[in-house]
Amino acid sequence: GKERLENANPIIYQKKKTRVISPEDENESVEDPFDALEIFDLIRGINDPEHPLTLEELNVVDEDNIHVDNVKNEVVVSFTPTIPHCSMATLIGLSIRVKLLRALPTRFKVRVHITPGTHTSEAAINKQLADKERVAAALENMNLLQVVNQCIL
Amino acid sequence: SGTLKPLQTLSGHGDRVWNVAWNPQGTILASCSTDKTVRLWAQEGDTWVCKTSLTEGHHRTIRSVAWSPCGKLLASASFDGTTCIWEKKVEDFECIASLEGHENEVKSVAWCPSGALLATCSRDKSVWIWECIDGEYECASVLNAHVQDVKKVVWHPHEELLASASYDDTIKLFREELDDWTCCGTLRGHESTVWSLDFDADGSRLVSVSDDQTVKIWKGYDANQASQLGLPPPESKKDRVWKCICTLSGYHTQPVYDVSWSKLTGFIAAASGDDSISIFQEKTELGHSDDPTYEMAARCAQAHDQDINSVQWNPKVPFLLASASDDGLVKLWEYIN
Repeated sequence: GKERLENANPIIYQKKKTRVISPEDENESVEDPFDALEIFDLIRGINDPEHPLTLEELNVVDEDNIHVDNVKNEVVVSFTPTIPHCSMATLIGLSIRVKLLRALPTRFKVRVHITPGTHTSEAAINKQLADKERVAAALENMNLLQVVNQCIL
Repeated sequence: SGTLKPLQTLSGHGDRVWNVAWNPQGTILASCSTDKTVRLWAQEGDTWVCKTSLTEGHHRTIRSVAWSPCGKLLASASFDGTTCIWEKKVEDFECIASLEGHENEVKSVAWCPSGALLATCSRDKSVWIWECIDGEYECASVLNAHVQDVKKVVWHPHEELLASASYDDTIKLFREELDDWTCCGTLRGHESTVWSLDFDADGSRLVSVSDDQTVKIWKGYDANQASQLGLPPPESKKDRVWKCICTLSGYHTQPVYDVSWSKLTGFIAAASGDDSISIFQEKTELGHSDDPTYEMAARCAQAHDQDINSVQWNPKVPFLLASASDDGLVKLWEYIN
């Protein structure tokens, strides 16, 4: 049978509308820096490892919790686990990080962390997600990579 | 102040390069990569070229490479949990041993100054000491002093004293005591993962670099000076106590992943996830001060296009530096004053 869900009845949020393309967006001669909405568009559709819902629908990711600095080439994403002891938090963070590493130009330094005060193991998870060596090793684990790919693809 | 002049870019690896190591003669540079190969680079005329690539040893990322003091053996440590020993034959290098025992990724490997011992460390939190007896490698000790992932092991330049850096934010020192190895010191001060460390030429000081974006210089004092320095006394009177005597902060905006202390010039090179390399020079009388000043002697802000994972000074050619990056490249530099 199916395992008991950690958070059996998550609140489901309304999806936000997508970007309205302005004439300037289509003008090829205008430089188009990355913005928070563009990053949000990349990660909003990631599937939750536990529910048939996206990170956007569970309000785990939100445009307001994304910060982009095109000069310093920094992208910072905070994500909010649905419950403070969510055991899937590391996997969700890893999925966001992997999705952005694959999609963004390599010049960007990507940092993914838990929204402050929303998880009991916040510091430990943040440290793990920030450790490039551990992330690299984790992604060489075929089972884990498969799980991450199921969330992302 | 000086500059870091780019000499040559060595391309060939198919993925991020994790580590570079010069042989003791300074004539061969080894590099290792996520592409599961070790490449050996040497000079042909004025140009450095890839002489060979070692492809058969590992089935996952190769994280670290180290040369034996005689320069005839090369060790490679891999995420596959093993460490390979390669021996130089007439034409090529041949894998003569595979050291197994770590539960998961091996992060670093280092040979002691006499060549009789090898140290490895892993995400399994342990540091292993291996003894080489008649060409056979045997585990002499498993040290479980760290409480997290161990990132780097480095030997003292003249003594059988080993230093390790860890995800638990500490540095630990180990030596042999009555036929077994024991932890003889813990250096606390970094606020996050300690990624790498190196000794100076006479081994009286240590430099360490961290995820906290700082570079720290530590000095070893005699055991009887501990109380005077406000430090807990060491396990034994013969152990030194180590005190942080200088913290270099504000130079890097991302983790500092590697550091190399030149045994020839005393210059320190640091490599960071902010794509820069910085060079530090002591301004006070070399090695004598308890409160030294280090100044930035050079900085290359965009040394690579991505994170720099490794940096090492050539042991024979003063001011010749090698670096390795996530951009898949190895670069050679010369510090010019």
